[in-house]
Amino acid sequence: MTSQKLAEKAGTSSVESSRRVEILSANEAIARGAWEAGVRVASAYPGTPSTEILEAVAQYPEIYSEWSPNEKVAMEVAIGASMAGARALVCMKHVGLNVAADPFFSASYIGVEGGLVVVSADDPGMHSSQDEQDNRNYAKFAKMPLIEPSDSAEAKDYLVLAYELSERFDTPVLFRTTTRTSHSKSIVELRERPELEPITKLQRNWTKYTMMPANAIVRHPVVEQRLLDLAQYAESSLLNRIEMGDPRTGIVTSGAAYGYAREAFPEASFLKLGMTYPLPAKLIAEFRGKVERLYVVEELDPFLEDLIELMGVKVDGGKNVISILGELDPGIIARALAADGVLGVTEDLLSVPASHADDLPGRPPTLCPGCSHRGINMVLKKLRVFVSGDIGCYSLGALPPFEAMHCSTCMGAGISMAHGMAQTLAPTEPGVAIDLRNKPMAIIGDSTFFHSGVTSLMDVAYNGGKTLTLILDNRTTAMTGGQQNPGTGKTLLGEPASTVDIPALCRSLGIRRVTEIDPLNLAEVERVLREELAADEASVVIAKSPCVLQYRIKREPWHIEPDLCDGCKRCLRAGCMALNLLAVPDGSRKVEIRADQCNGCGVCAQVCNQGAIQFLPSTQAPVAAEAPPASTAPRSPEQAATKVAPTAPANAAGDGGPTPSDGKGAA
Amino acid sequence: MSTSGSAQSQPASRPTVNLLLSGVGGQGVVLASYVLSQVAMAEGYDVKQSEVHGMSQRGGSVTSHFRFGDKVWSPLVTPGTADILLSFEALEALRYAHWLRPGGLLVYNTVRINPSPVAAGLAEYPADIDARIAAVAANVRRVDAGALAEEAGTVKAVNVVMLGATSSALPFAPETWEVVIRRVVPPKTVDVNLKAFALGAAQGTSEAAACTTGA
Repeated sequence: MTSQKLAEKAGTSSVESSRRVEILSANEAIARGAWEAGVRVASAYPGTPSTEILEAVAQYPEIYSEWSPNEKVAMEVAIGASMAGARALVCMKHVGLNVAADPFFSASYIGVEGGLVVVSADDPGMHSSQDEQDNRNYAKFAKMPLIEPSDSAEAKDYLVLAYELSERFDTPVLFRTTTRTSHSKSIVELRERPELEPITKLQRNWTKYTMMPANAIVRHPVVEQRLLDLAQYAESSLLNRIEMGDPRTGIVTSGAAYGYAREAFPEASFLKLGMTYPLPAKLIAEFRGKVERLYVVEELDPFLEDLIELMGVKVDGGKNVISILGELDPGIIARALAADGVLGVTEDLLSVPASHADDLPGRPPTLCPGCSHRGINMVLKKLRVFVSGDIGCYSLGALPPFEAMHCSTCMGAGISMAHGMAQTLAPTEPGVAIDLRNKPMAIIGDSTFFHSGVTSLMDVAYNGGKTLTLILDNRTTAMTGGQQNPGTGKTLLGEPASTVDIPALCRSLGIRRVTEIDPLNLAEVERVLREELAADEASVVIAKSPCVLQYRIKREPWHIEPDLCDGCKRCLRAGCMALNLLAVPDGSRKVEIRADQCNGCGVCAQVCNQGAIQFLPSTQAPVAAEAPPASTAPRSPEQAATKVAPTAPANAAGDGGPTPSDGKGAA
Repeated sequence: MSTSGSAQSQPASRPTVNLLLSGVGGQGVVLASYVLSQVAMAEGYDVKQSEVHGMSQRGGSVTSHFRFGDKVWSPLVTPGTADILLSFEALEALRYAHWLRPGGLLVYNTVRINPSPVAAGLAEYPADIDARIAAVAANVRRVDAGALAEEAGTVKAVNVVMLGATSSALPFAPETWEVVIRRVVPPKTVDVNLKAFALGAAQGTSEAAACTTGA
């Protein structure tokens, strides 16, 4: 839950409140800054750590905001709004900018009409990402200014300044946060939004707005001159400042690393850069002249260090003392610079206490009890088919106990990669049984399918591929916290929307075999997947079951009859937190179902050979323990009475159910 | 770190205090951290707080960093520097015990929640968890937060019980806690949550007394 939502719940919404300060994450502060800057249009595709920006923007009715199907579309929506004269905001996680790179680069040549700010939320340490690319490089690559806040107050103030910069220099601005700025909270002073006149006219300026060779050739020198002008601006910008302390040590830093470095060396001198591209050469030379030794403290790439050294300025310590890998913290910086002879370190940060947790069981993320992905992963594991996966909650299928997903590259890649594999493998001889271990198939969630899977499926159909694509349609963008998408029938603002008809879409792409299945019925899942894997043409199977977390589905729990459980642990293959292995006094093992955790999907019961896992609705008298042949006649989940939990949590924890709703995950 | 009374001291004399909160996704760690930050801000402190909203929260291990003082630069607590470790589950207390500074206070909920490898029969939950915690942390308050929350009226107020149990170690006025809790929790649950806080506070005080007397 965002603190903005929490504040609203508490009746202290920063939108209406007369209070002038609030504790906000940088994501929420960016949203507030967009409102204060007079932004009219904001677009994004969810992705950790950026997701909460648009969720917070959606609280401001003055801003049109939308979830776009992917980051490229979001970027183009914002470019269009800017061209129409609005201040526009587009937000994404770092890898989202790869998706949006094409319009991003052209936007640099085009410039802006209304200010355009692109937020890239990077993830050093890869808390929930597939790489830790340093998107500061994109600013240099696309020749546009780069702004990096160090905390929430700067996130808001710098965003407002970014719009002024964007319009003054006729350029989009790349605004980069990291996980630790995006998801850290600090005190922000609130201001008001200006009154805006409605926009009624489109500007026509085809030589600037139509990027074809003749026009782009004219724009390129303009872009180069713009960089020179921006570098000049950077010399005197409020974004960059020298904070003189002990002249023996000078530290050039930016973003989250600034706070860490101040913590580690409170007495040192700092050149704190809020604008990290283009750099102020004179200011850097001035700082160099004032200090004895110069350090560059930055996360990931030696971005600043390389640029500073290219200016001919000597850097005494940078990536030679601080790793290029992972996230920094105050301790890492303290130890690295202290070891290099820097004085004035905060002593507490030097020790690295030994962990007491080396032999403790880990607590990895798991699929929620009742999750519709569980049964799918159990069947895929049983089939031993090669699964070309994608990005979403079902990616947890790659982990034990399933280990049923065998590759994952980026959003939307699963289908096209499976197709590439299928075209590579020698065809099975007629009459020979298919070896499923060497048969690729694709698995993809609904939101990821809309994001970039549709064109891949089009490719399979168009080129006569024979790949099976399993679409897991849980009617939400689950991993990032349950955002709306083109399949949910609602927009970001909660308004009714059209709903993509996935079967019809697949057929229109040229897929003739389209089957819908119930993912909670393991026998049906297995039968259909076996049939479709044997098919001699492309096929799509759609497993349709809503996300229990997002839709607050709470089914009645099942239970295990202790006398029938023989401790075989087959049910534990479900990898469900509701199942718990017990040590029995006689030395044997039995499994119990924890009623407070169980969400009644019945998947575990379908693999129990003893019929020990039973459903006894609370309204029904217990039935005698006759062992049904569970493996052949699984109890249908429809037998389980379904009730929907009240939507308003009645506790302080608010979201204190068995699974979190405050969690945001990978895109 | 000052542990007595409300924040009456001179602004310049208030060093930064480091708290690390740990628990299991869904226990309300994030909300507890939010309450702490609101209380600290209301008492005039600078505040920084950080947590990762990631895959770890799908029933995984969750931490939240919370720091307050006159001027706080970093949102991150580093291992070995936490004045207080506030853990909502025993295993998650031991997992992060080395984040405490020497002499730091560990407040933990004695509940045991099996992580998925234990539930799947692939690992064992340490049977001697309380003894292991006692062996690595000298200053410990053990709280059966589930029972106290139930006594208050809802098992879901565990996070507020834990805040109560920690409150005597923090320089915040009781009135400030009450004002913030009233503001943050749903109106219908104010009384239950204030009771949960009070029960936690009483437990925390008696544990603190037990600790000083060496019991």
